[in-house]
Parts: sequence; C-alpha cells; structure tokens
Amino acid sequence: MAKQKEIELDGAQALIKTLDSLGVEYVFGYSGGAALPIFDALETVESNMKFVLTRHEQGACHMADGYARATGKPAVVLVTSGPGAGNTITGIMTAQMDSVPMIIVTGQQVTWMLGKDAFQEADIFGITIPVVKHNYLVRETNDLPRVAKEAYHISTTGRPGPVLIDVPKNISQSAFTADFEDELAAELYLPGYKPEKALDVDEVSIEEAARLLNLAKKPLILAGHGAMIAGAESELMEMANKLECPVTMTLLGKGVFPESHPLSLGMLGMHGTAYANKAVCECDLIFNIGSRFDDRIIGQADKFGAQAKIIHVDIDIAEMGKMIVPDVEVVGDAKAVLQKLLPLVEKADHADWLEHLNGYKKKFPLGYKKQGGLRMQQVLDEIHDLTDGNAIISTDVGQHQMWAAQFYTNDASFKWLSSGGAGTMGFGFPAAIGAQFACPDETVISVSGDGGFQMTLCELATAVIHKLPIKILVLNNHYLGMVRQWQELFFDNRESGVDLEGNPDFVKLAEAYGAKGINIKRPADVRKKLQEALDYNDGPVVINAECIKTDNVFPMIPAGAALEDMLIEPPKYKMEKPVGST
Amino acid sequence: MSRTITTTDEKPAIRPDLIGGHTLSMFVNNQPGVLMRICQIFARRAYNIDSLVVSQGRDPRFSRLTLGISGDPAGLSQIILQCDKLIDVIHCFEHTPDDSVTREMALVKVGVDGGEKRTEVLQIVEHFGGKTVDMSEGSMIVRVEGASDKVDAAIRLLTNYDIIETVRTGKVVMARGEQST
Repeated sequence: MAKQKEIELDGAQALIKTLDSLGVEYVFGYSGGAALPIFDALETVESNMKFVLTRHEQGACHMADGYARATGKPAVVLVTSGPGAGNTITGIMTAQMDSVPMIIVTGQQVTWMLGKDAFQEADIFGITIPVVKHNYLVRETNDLPRVAKEAYHISTTGRPGPVLIDVPKNISQSAFTADFEDELAAELYLPGYKPEKALDVDEVSIEEAARLLNLAKKPLILAGHGAMIAGAESELMEMANKLECPVTMTLLGKGVFPESHPLSLGMLGMHGTAYANKAVCECDLIFNIGSRFDDRIIGQADKFGAQAKIIHVDIDIAEMGKMIVPDVEVVGDAKAVLQKLLPLVEKADHADWLEHLNGYKKKFPLGYKKQGGLRMQQVLDEIHDLTDGNAIISTDVGQHQMWAAQFYTNDASFKWLSSGGAGTMGFGFPAAIGAQFACPDETVISVSGDGGFQMTLCELATAVIHKLPIKILVLNNHYLGMVRQWQELFFDNRESGVDLEGNPDFVKLAEAYGAKGINIKRPADVRKKLQEALDYNDGPVVINAECIKTDNVFPMIPAGAALEDMLIEPPKYKMEKPVGST
Repeated sequence: MSRTITTTDEKPAIRPDLIGGHTLSMFVNNQPGVLMRICQIFARRAYNIDSLVVSQGRDPRFSRLTLGISGDPAGLSQIILQCDKLIDVIHCFEHTPDDSVTREMALVKVGVDGGEKRTEVLQIVEHFGGKTVDMSEGSMIVRVEGASDKVDAAIRLLTNYDIIETVRTGKVVMARGEQST
C-alpha cells in the first residue's frame, strides 16, 4: 500500500518549503502570470521567508545582491517569465561578475508550449547561461526540492555566484507526488562540482609561497573580495603584521583589511591611491589573496609588478594565469591558505620599505580643492566623518563610485557594496534596500550619480512602503561624469551623449513618492544637511547634492596603460586615446 | 550524368588546422543544454570547434565528448579550466597523439562513370583498409577509417576523382594505458 502522505503539496509549495528550509530569509520579486502558482504558495505555505514586492525585476536582483553582499547569505529573486525574466539579466550578470550568491526563480510557460513562441515565453535558460554559475529548467515537479537544494549549494559554496531555476507553470502547479521529507533529506549528487577541494590546499604550493614570502624585501599584499568571502580578515591581519607587509585592496576588497591601519595603502588600480600603485611598481613580491587581477587594477598586463614575484591565491583555478601568470599558484580558500601559510612565514622587518611608502603617502595624499563650488569629494568626506566610517555604503559606477572608494574608507568587511566587474549603473540604490533589510540597525547610504539613480529610482516606492531609513545620496553634476571626463581627456572635450539635461527636481520627486528630500547647494551647508538626513529615520531620504559639473577623478591610469604611467593630477598636454576599453 | 546534389565541399577536404589542432575530451552530465554551455565558452573566446563527437556514456547519466579545436594555443588552458568549471562537466582533458589514440571515419561518395575509374578508386580504398558501402551505376560510397591524418590522406587521393560529397564523423579519442579519457 502506498505511503499515506500527511500533506498534499503542489510543486510551487514544495519549492517554497524547500527554500524556507534552506534558511532563505528574503524573497525579492515581481509577480506575473507564469509565476502565479509560486506567488500563491508564498501565501499558502507557512514559512519564515519575507516577500518584498519591488517595482522592477532588475531592482529585485540588485536588492538580493545587496542583501548578499551585506550578509554573505543568498536571497531569492522571484519573477515571472518572458520580460520579467529578461529584466533580471543585468542584475544576474552583476552578481556573477562579483561572485555574489543569489537564487533566481523564474516562472515559465507550460512545458508543452516551450519553443512555440508562446505568450511571455523566453528561453531564459539559454539566455542566462553566460551570466550564471549554473541554471536549471525544471521538467519534473518532483525534482523541485532537489533542484532548489542544489541551487543553494552551488550558489553559496566555492566561488559564489547566481543560480537560476526556471519553473514552467504546469510544473509548479502539478501535485508533488514524492515524499517531501525524503526529498529534502536526500544527499546531493554533483559529480562535476567539488567545492570542498578548496580546503585541501596543495602543500607544495604552500611551501613555495612561504619561501617567496620569506625572501621578499619589499612585499605587498593585494587583498581582494575572495579574502572577504572566505572570512580571512584575522588571518590577513596576522599575516600583514608578521610580515610587516603593506596591504592594498581591490575595489571589492575594501574593508577586508582596515583602511585606517598604518599598513593599509587603500585601493589600487585605475583610480586607486598613488601610493598603492607606486608600491605595485616598486615591490619585489605581490601576494594576491583572493583577487582576480581585474584589468582595472593591472593596467598593461606585461608591465604589472614587473619587478615582483607573484603569488596568486584563488579559490577558482580558472583564474590562474587568466590575466597574470603567477610565479606560485595556490588554489584554495583564502582563509585555509593563510592558516597553512602563517606558521611557515617568519617574522620580518620591512621598516625601510614601509618608510619609503610612507613618503609616498605624505607626498601624494588623496585630496580635493576646497574652493570653486561643491565637490562630490567633500560630501563623501563629510559623510564619512559624520558616520565614523561605519555605514554600509552602496554605489553605482563612475566618478561618484571612485570618489566614494577613495574618501569613504572602510575598516570592516561587508560594508562596501559596489558593482565592480559589471560596472552597473542603477545598482547602488536597490542594493542599499537589500542591505537595509539585512541590517535594519545599521546606517545604509546609497551613493549614486544623477544618471544611475534615475535608472532604478522607481524602487523609492519599495523603500517608502517598508519605511527603510536609507540615505540616498545623489551626487548630481547633471552629467554622466566619468564618460565626460574621458571625452575631456581623450576626445578634445567633445561632449557626446553625456549631458543629462532634463533631470527632475529630486527633492520634489522624493516627496512625490512619500520620501523626504533635501537639497545641498553650498559647501558650507554640507555638514548640517547631511546631519539632518542622518537624523531622519522614518523612511528614505533623498539628498540631492548639486555638485560642480566638470570635476575629474585622479589619480588615473588610462585603460590599458601601465601603472607607472599613472596621472596623479590633470595632464598639461593632450593625451593619446587609451588602448584599453574605458 | 546529371548531379542533383550541390555541395560546399567540392574542394579538397584537407583540414590543415586539424593536423596542428588540439583534441579535448570531456565527460559530462547527459542532459539538455550541456553542449550549449560548452560551446559558449569556445565561441566567446573566438575558438572554432572543428569536430565534435557526442555520445552517451556506458552509464547513461553521462556523455562523452571529443572536440577538435583550432585557435590560439595560449588561451587553450584557460578554455579547459573554464569547461572544467562547469557544474555539468565531470572532467575535461587535452590529449596529445603521444598519450592517446584517435580515430575517425569518413564516408566519401565518388562519381564513377567508367570501369577504369571504379577500379582505381577501389584500389585506393583497399590500400587504406576501407570498404565500399554503396554502389550504383554512376557513383559509389566508400568508408575510410583511422587516425585523422590517414583519413585526410585517403580523401586527398580520392580528390583526383569526382568526389560528390564527404561526411566525416569527427575524431574520437581515448587515452592510452591506465589514464582516463
């Protein structure tokens, strides 16, 4: 006799129960026809998951992304088929480029209509293959718990990334006929996926890395997002202190080592600090812990760290030699690698090297002019001061992002949420919403330009409804500033497609959504107005800072140029067009 | 004789790119979409897949792929790592002629309008250990198999006759000795 089941489930309910059992806390989404059964299951299944209705599917992805970057845990994005699924692409790509865990559930047309150009049918499985860690098109209702468990496992282990589950409507609304508890308890079988290998680090490579570290006279640690994901902060600190080794961080690594620490050189790369880039040029060893040698930091690859031996620690073996061929490859989890290395590394004295770099810090500090109007740098500098550098900051991409990276220094992990690899405009504000849901007691500041904010500002409704006290800093220069900077430097100042004439009145816009709006126009008002925004906690506040229109970010390494060709201040001569892309 | 088949491979079917090319084998999940994931890795990096053989493994949950690849050798190790990274790829290896055997088969349809030509073609086929698998008044289909260069050589000789079309299976590879493929 067949086993009597206690509860009758449909596929959608089995899916929601599984996601709940995995510990998913938030579902960000937007409903639609093909996802109806799954949305219904959110109502009929008792779960701890909270659903947040966004105003656009891209916003849902960035919210899940911001949530994950602030917590290290994935959230679920739930959208419908066709355009709903299509609107998630930029959000998924952003997460994939920056190794952020995320589970995207898309509704889909019924299976017998697939491939027939049915209403709101899109081959989202095929479309998303290049931008996901893995994806599924579910064809059996009883597969749903297994697929959801696999998706969660794949998304969160090894090098994290987004995993998409496409669920046709007939699959989600059919009866779940297997034993749910058995399916939930079943062991995963993924013969092509072995993330546990990251903890089993090759001893020979460890010994070779230790040998180079002990020989180095001018070592430099380059800490990336991988060190943060691995939770290697304390090992990194111990290593830096033991080696007396300066530490520079990538954009996404900001905070994994305290930027206020004397050994910190801040961010390196295209708009990194002059002293970090000079350290790369002059060091005799680059100890890369969890960075993928992004083109923004290496510039011209064959000149990167030309005088240095290179140790590359990465959990993803495919990163080895992709951009830079290292002298020693150490494949593994950054924390596990550092734990194995620490006992093999001798206490070192690099006082001369540090003294030399301190000279650069004094000679080339980050700064900005205090005259000539309101500058974005001042706004960021002052909000850093007012929040003691403890706020969670999210950004878009462009000038505001680079200035925020320079002037909002971080001392802790998971507080800097910025679209690095993808460079996604419109990321910052929805990411801040996700982060504020994740960390209700923290100050969350969304930093964006007037361009990026307008790409996802419809999420003001989401923030208002949930009374999220996000400080939305719109650094408004009425321009796509970074593109304009390039046109000024490399295209004879011919402005093309960068003037954002027609911007709305952001204060009135905020008020129209039921949010608070504040204008900042004069440098002398910045502190007072920012304090007013920080003191307002009844909901989101949009701070529109009217900044000077034509400021430029320095230091700057033109794309594809060598780090030694860094511009520390505006050039006095006409520059060649750079070979690299943007 | 009137020919009704139009073909694009009337030129000699010699592929020098394959001679210096690379042979990859993959052991993958036997599921829809797996091939798409793999092909995208090659296409994105401007690598051409010259030959591709896919077949179900002895365990039907898995499939075997053999790929003949041409492209910048410097990027090939990156491609192998990216393929290996796919969840659906159990493993991906590159094989050299020293550590593996490769075989492929070609069917060649040759137009023969007289007995003399037919005899010559049969002699060539016999030399290469091939077989005649179809014969009609005006044409014959011959089968040649072996390492890719042997198949190339046979086709090269047959080019002196009236080749109507050729179809090659693409090579399959197996590692020698105890090594797994």
